Amino acid sequence: MRYLMTTTASSAAADENLHVEMGKFVEELTASGVLLATGGLEPDGTRVTSSGDEITVTDGPFAESKDAIAGFALVEVRSKEEAIEVTRRFRRIVGDGASTIRQVFGPQ
Amino acid sequence: MTGHEETHRTVDAVWKLESARVIAGLTRMVRDVGTAEELAQDALLDALETWPVSGTPHNPGAWLMTVAKRRAVDHIRRERRRAAAHEQVARDLDRPAAEVPNDDVLRLLFLCAHPLLPAPERTALTLRLVGGLSARETARAFLTTESTITRRVAAAKRTLAEAHVGFEELAPEAIPERVASVLDVIYLVFNEGYSATAGEELLRPELCQEALRLGRLLAEVAPPNAEVYGLVALMELHAARAATRIGPNGEPVQLHLQNRGRWDRLLIDRGFAAMLRAREIGGPPGPYLLQAAIAVCHAQARRAEDTDWERIASLYAALATLSPTPVVRLNQAVAVGMAHGAKAGLDLVDTLASDHALRDYHLLPSVRGDLLERLGRHAEGARVPPRGRPREQRRGE
Repeated sequence: MRYLMTTTASSAAADENLHVEMGKFVEELTASGVLLATGGLEPDGTRVTSSGDEITVTDGPFAESKDAIAGFALVEVRSKEEAIEVTRRFRRIVGDGASTIRQVFGPQ
Repeated sequence: MTGHEETHRTVDAVWKLESARVIAGLTRMVRDVGTAEELAQDALLDALETWPVSGTPHNPGAWLMTVAKRRAVDHIRRERRRAAAHEQVARDLDRPAAEVPNDDVLRLLFLCAHPLLPAPERTALTLRLVGGLSARETARAFLTTESTITRRVAAAKRTLAEAHVGFEELAPEAIPERVASVLDVIYLVFNEGYSATAGEELLRPELCQEALRLGRLLAEVAPPNAEVYGLVALMELHAARAATRIGPNGEPVQLHLQNRGRWDRLLIDRGFAAMLRAREIGGPPGPYLLQAAIAVCHAQARRAEDTDWERIASLYAALATLSPTPVVRLNQAVAVGMAHGAKAGLDLVDTLASDHALRDYHLLPSVRGDLLERLGRHAEGARVPPRGRPREQRRGE
């Protein structure tokens, strides 16, 4: 089953150590076949809203920077607990902040 | 859910993520895969008792490894086997507990796929020791009984122990052959899930996924090998189509009728990326790489009629010289029929029909019937019973 893990921006500044730890973590997850895709997101973004026939395009930011989603990882695991365990390890590396995991349905 | 249940689930998840490395690390120490697994299981029981009280440790993998290693040292001391083993233990204990070199996991894969073992035992042992699946989970996936799986695993461990199959470094020249044996095990697991040979379902996704995980793992830990990436590409590309292979009523949907918009782009891209890696490595293409190249052709065609059948036919010709199995040769005939006209396909089928090994092959009459129909020779084609029509994965793949 697939889970999408989204992570809000971290307050801690990324240092050399974080990069190394993160590199190892990504390598390990890739090798074990867990990590399908990962990426960072630009902080502000653009919002497109529809109301009847009206389409409105608004430039961000839309949230406090601490609430903005800064990155995502799509993982393939055998249980929700595995997804939580992977996220727990990720949080140990990046420090204070929050990640959300949601199961991804279909196409499989 | 009670706290105890929750811990149980956490421990199980940690186990699945870590067991291969823990068992591989222990096998290096105790030189016997059966003992290594027992010691690892003991550590798992410790976790189940300790974690509900103390909480999940900071680094659960390292925790399991440390506890298991301590037990391994006790075990070795008790056994008082060889002075050399003590030295080995001393060296190993210097290393941080969680740090098991990838080579160890690779050697565990080699051990599980040892040529001494019959295929069913290889798959059972691999899923157990490298995949971290319980006998119950493996049995459910293979639609067999738990005791059958337990028996296979036990027999495999016994065979390896009796033959004193070691965990030593492999000679570099022996690696390609052993890698090929691991690839076969992985593809066997994948195929069992993808074209299920038993049971009501046509697809058992958990087996496909387990095989994909093993393949991705092997690609990372094995020395660069184009066939490994070929197999990974093949599995990613096949898995990308899994959801469209089965119709709303559970019936198989042939490749040319599948809704290509529902193919999983992410897995297709991953398959293409694996193919690029295989090409970078180079060397003469092996059977998995050729099959992956055929899968690439299908994945690249936006519509069924855009399929590059000429390329597929030539890939099948190359594949048929490497592994002239009935399935491959018949698929070659299908591809030739698509690339160079039904008559050319029919000519090839007729040469196959005179081949003793293929004469009674059950899919041959249906492929022949399809080609006859396309040639307008309906009277001859109509004699083919419809239920003998080839399934999707047997056609032009």
